[in-house]
Amino acid sequence: MTANTGTLLAVRDLTVRFRTEDGTVLAVDQVCFEVAERELVALVGESGCGKSVTAMALTGLLPASATVSGEIGFAGQDLRRRSERRLRAIRGRDIAYVFQEPMTSLNPVLTVGHQIGEVLRRHQRMRGAAVRRRATELMELVGIPLPARRLREYPHQLSGGMRQRVMIAMALACTPKLLVADEPTTALDVTVQAGILDVLRTLSAETGTAVLLITHDLGVVADLADRVVVMYAGRVIEEADVVDLFARPGHPYTRGLLDAVPNPARHASGGPDPAAGQGLREIPGRVPVLADSPDACTFAERCTRTDDTCRTRRPELSAGPAGHPVRCWHPLAVPASSLAGGGAR
Amino acid sequence: MTPVLEVTGLVKHFGPVRAVDGVDLTVATGEVLGLVGESGSGKSTLGRCVTRLVPVTAGSVRIAGRDIARLSRRAIRPLRRQFNIVFQDPSSSLNPRLTVGDIVAEPLRQHRLGPPAQRRQRVVQMLDQVGLGGEMTRRYPHELSGGQRQRVSLARALAAAPALLVADEPTSALDVSVQASVLNLIVRLQREMGFACLFITHDLAAVEYLAQRVAVMYLGVLVEVADRVELFASPRHPYTQALLSAAPIPDPPAQRRRQRVVLTGDVPSPVAPPPGCRFHTRCPVAVERCAVDVPALRPVRPAGALVACHLVGDDGTAPVLSRPGLPVQRAAG
Repeated sequence: MTANTGTLLAVRDLTVRFRTEDGTVLAVDQVCFEVAERELVALVGESGCGKSVTAMALTGLLPASATVSGEIGFAGQDLRRRSERRLRAIRGRDIAYVFQEPMTSLNPVLTVGHQIGEVLRRHQRMRGAAVRRRATELMELVGIPLPARRLREYPHQLSGGMRQRVMIAMALACTPKLLVADEPTTALDVTVQAGILDVLRTLSAETGTAVLLITHDLGVVADLADRVVVMYAGRVIEEADVVDLFARPGHPYTRGLLDAVPNPARHASGGPDPAAGQGLREIPGRVPVLADSPDACTFAERCTRTDDTCRTRRPELSAGPAGHPVRCWHPLAVPASSLAGGGAR
Repeated sequence: MTPVLEVTGLVKHFGPVRAVDGVDLTVATGEVLGLVGESGSGKSTLGRCVTRLVPVTAGSVRIAGRDIARLSRRAIRPLRRQFNIVFQDPSSSLNPRLTVGDIVAEPLRQHRLGPPAQRRQRVVQMLDQVGLGGEMTRRYPHELSGGQRQRVSLARALAAAPALLVADEPTSALDVSVQASVLNLIVRLQREMGFACLFITHDLAAVEYLAQRVAVMYLGVLVEVADRVELFASPRHPYTQALLSAAPIPDPPAQRRRQRVVLTGDVPSPVAPPPGCRFHTRCPVAVERCAVDVPALRPVRPAGALVACHLVGDDGTAPVLSRPGLPVQRAAG
């Protein structure tokens, strides 16, 4: 894969179980993936696939009802072996988070300037005028007009898009090595989302911050990601360069997800047209809630290619027909159109 | 032919908030009109006015020729058979204490349609039509998945065979794969039952998929109305252009070739909308006149297209905000 830059984050066999009233739930099942320095990786899946839990588990943000195992290698250390104190220092300074709803992450009674300043004082030991200067710089970096005035305002005085920019500014205050963005634009309008996507792209290019983008939105993935990791029912089921994944998906679930979204481009080039009676691809059934990791493919119940092997043997993540890793006994063949260079660069 | 829905000069103010501020639109028999806009555009309020879930400040709402804008709740009740609405979050619009069978039978009871045995038959038929088995009648909403609940709301909304269905963000709370099945279902039901549909959403791809015509709303007013293919191929109003360019498409090489029109600033407050064109404060090509004169929604070429912009010519020529980079534009142009 990306061999020219160093590995920043290496997740190995990450498994997360939750104790619930109805027994144990397996949320993340031996997940492995890497993020290289400066890389923009999207972790994709529908609700319940385990993508957010994976993101939270990286720095020990999960509640006490969670049991976590596996390794989380980050910049040469195993975060799973770090004390809560050390993790707290790493969160914010080396790994920063941006969540979907900025209003719940911002303190409503403190000004924006105070909250950005707090990060700088705490992690960078900055004081006085230096804090104000750096805070203004950060606000400019994320494209907030009139930064000096905005710093004196409270979160409720800002629009949703501006709040999300403030969150990104706070996340970037310490120039983290990794920014974890969990559905950062899901609550925003598309014209506002466009601005945030631009900010994320410029930032990763200019500051060298790697980004782990958690999303269900394939449009956002197509726009921003270098590489994509697809999750289903707690497992990584496919992993590829973004162009490769969209052009040559190997897992039937990935293919299903791509065909389930109305795509104007595909539509124009003869894709499904409701007027012609062609529907969007549906994936019948729902994501299973698992207590244990079955010796089977977790997608078997919803898949059209299922046979006895799928129901009785666990598929491993291994190179599929298109060359990238797929967890499937019967991966999809590479479409002829893409062999002709249709989807490739 | 009289349109199923004809809205004229519709105004809805909530105190000082001018949520809908003078909207004219029609939906023809068997037509799906997509109404798109971002938060605060007033699109949901428009849907609520049309179904008279809220009182209307001014203007008229004709459904099958009858103006319901000024009727009392009581006078509207018998007319409700003609129209119904489904919402984004089906779990909050389904009564948790009623079984699915009772929920779907609600409109039949309200309008006293047929004897009980016939109603039960109709309920099973409706459930079947939305892809749920007859055994669902005894279940409760909490036992169902999000997609199943949305199917139940559709079965209820359509049980009395209304002429108009208003769908307000019906797929926005659902997962991608479930969204697909609900969109397919709406297309199929519409074809089978022939109702007119006002499909309200922020999801351009969904509208592009199922609407015949599209209306774009910004800050309480319509800025553009056009045939679906026409609107997506050559958006004319600067806001429509910006909106279409901002929505990422799930095709990496194509998406990365596109030119995005990034709007500056925020949507202004609907309490004090800007004078002149409401979009002029964010419009990249606005001229002096835009801050003064209110542009009327007027017909331009091709036939059927309506645009409210001083800079769009009567022949349909539009101001250029970016180079066309969308494959769909090339295909159609």
